[in-house]
Amino acid sequence: MFLGFFLALRAAGVKASLREFLLLQEAMMAGLAGFDVEHFYYLARATLVKDERFLDKFDAVFATHFKGVLVAQPEAAGEVEAREIPQEWLEKLAEKLLTPEEKAQIEALGGFEALMETLRQRLEEQKGRHQGGNKWIGTAGTSPFGAYGYNPEGVRIGQEGSRNKSAVKVWDKREFRNLAGDGELGTRNMKVALRRLRRFAREGAAEELDLSGTIRSTARNAGYLDLQMVPERHNAVKLLLLLDIGGSMDEHVNLCEQLFTAAGSEFKHLKHFYFHNCPYETLWKDARMRHADAMPTEDVLHTYDHTWKLIFVGDAAMSPYELMQPGGAISAWNAESGQSWLKRIISAYPKAVWVNPVAERLWIYTQTTRMIRNMMEDRMYGLTLEGLDGAMRRLMN
Amino acid sequence: MRFEGTDSFVATEDLKVAVNAAVALQRPLLIKGEPGTGKTVLAQEIATALGKPLISWHVKSTTKAQQGLYEYDAVSRLRDSQLGDARVHDIGNYIIRGKLWDAFEAETAPVLLIDEIDKADIEFPNDLLLELDRMEFFVYETRQTVKAKQRPVIVITSNNEKELPDAFLRRCFFHYIKFPDRETMQRIVDVHYPGISGLLLHEALTSFFALRELPGLKKRPSTSEFLDWLKLLLAEDIGPELLRERNAAKLIPPLHGALLKNEQDVHLFERIAFTARRG
Repeated sequence: MFLGFFLALRAAGVKASLREFLLLQEAMMAGLAGFDVEHFYYLARATLVKDERFLDKFDAVFATHFKGVLVAQPEAAGEVEAREIPQEWLEKLAEKLLTPEEKAQIEALGGFEALMETLRQRLEEQKGRHQGGNKWIGTAGTSPFGAYGYNPEGVRIGQEGSRNKSAVKVWDKREFRNLAGDGELGTRNMKVALRRLRRFAREGAAEELDLSGTIRSTARNAGYLDLQMVPERHNAVKLLLLLDIGGSMDEHVNLCEQLFTAAGSEFKHLKHFYFHNCPYETLWKDARMRHADAMPTEDVLHTYDHTWKLIFVGDAAMSPYELMQPGGAISAWNAESGQSWLKRIISAYPKAVWVNPVAERLWIYTQTTRMIRNMMEDRMYGLTLEGLDGAMRRLMN
Repeated sequence: MRFEGTDSFVATEDLKVAVNAAVALQRPLLIKGEPGTGKTVLAQEIATALGKPLISWHVKSTTKAQQGLYEYDAVSRLRDSQLGDARVHDIGNYIIRGKLWDAFEAETAPVLLIDEIDKADIEFPNDLLLELDRMEFFVYETRQTVKAKQRPVIVITSNNEKELPDAFLRRCFFHYIKFPDRETMQRIVDVHYPGISGLLLHEALTSFFALRELPGLKKRPSTSEFLDWLKLLLAEDIGPELLRERNAAKLIPPLHGALLKNEQDVHLFERIAFTARRG
């Protein structure tokens, strides 16, 4: 029963185990779901999902897997017919709201008939059900429909009465999207990220003698000595951050910097240096990159030995010249290419990782990102919870 | 016996399903959610609704799993032996029962609340795996096995400070209490303050949800804080007009101390209010 659904969940990365699947079967046998799809949804969710990060994935899989089972929703299935739209109402609304230019625009599109036709097509294209639905209809500006402030929510195309009660809605709302682990880092999941970093800082800590614990357990042991060890409170992780500053990614880079600084008390040492696009012979101690803050890269490499863990933060996107040509840097003359500097740095810190705030799927479109990723031997990670996790794990191994 | 919420607790449909599944299949129920969404209260309400006694075990950072089962008080035995007390010959005199033992041996199956399990050491949940699964444990000192007479209903809450081990999670039902939407919030308020005027509630809800949407808040006010605030509004006899007036001017709502719990948030709010007033 529902084996396909279970496998689809696992394929989507929701780590449900056989044991949980059997538990769901048991619950079904006990009649806990009744004959209500919504109850079944809740039951399956409580049984198979154990982490709020996966709730969103679960909703998505549930929606696709049980799509055919449910009563067809005209709006969701894109079967809305143009004649169902109250035309007079639209016209009136348009009269009221449109500026002369916009009216001219409608004329340019071929009048209302054409507009309705386009709308019908749009709805058909929307078959895949855009949750949030702001791609096509609804947002102001880009879509020809947007300007009229008219969206399915407001117009309620092909709908009778309130649909709030309908079953599809519950998982189609995708309320747990913010909790998904592969989302970009923002203020919301910042806390969780911080916690991960702290844990990373504590892992691999050496043990030290727990004096009070030893006394206590020796007393318990009726006077025989019983040594107790505890993990050292602060471990010896020394972190070197190289941040790319002065570009479109500043906001994300700042976020990343704040993140590490906030976790800074957990590290033994934490040093920042800044570069612009690609590190060359000079690094800066301050984001303003003034002359007084400059420090030769050679000196950085010599001051902070290989026991430091190096993390690059940047989008790794630049013109290929900046990476490959001597003299290609945009800020100053560089006698050696960025590539050779990067190689030098990476060979000094063989376990360095690169955190890239750009969405991972876009990396392949930028030549230098691909090249740097190769140079880093794939140790490039996105600025997401999962990415940070992977980066930290890699850094410690 | 089904859990349908109580007079003082509004349970959403998904929560009911999760609770009933956990009760029927006798598995622990793990509850997560924003602070102040009623995780701990839930256990009390389940106990009330099902007419069972409640045993709470509040976990701290120093709590060990063993303490939930039993503790062997070796120190007082050592002392007794030195004083020549006759009690010393029976080791059973020095076994102190834990909450889990109490729950297992209770006459009617109780509701056992393990509160804030994430506060404890990372190994804590792992140490309880077998005990929660089989509902029995072995006391080494007295060589006896303690077995649950009836399986208690176990509710576990977590604030997500640590990740729980997979093996532990697999044995539980899981429910994430999401922040209530406006409709649910209205029902919650109706349960707590039945006589409240509709207009006041409307204005208060509007203020509250606007406040929660404010970007950059360090801690967003929760359900319990909203209820406290409403209580204050009622006590101070602040009318809906005043609230609405404040809304319009985007000023800080009256008695905001109940909602905003740190000064940065209050400053942020005042700054926004100030710019809004000027503009």
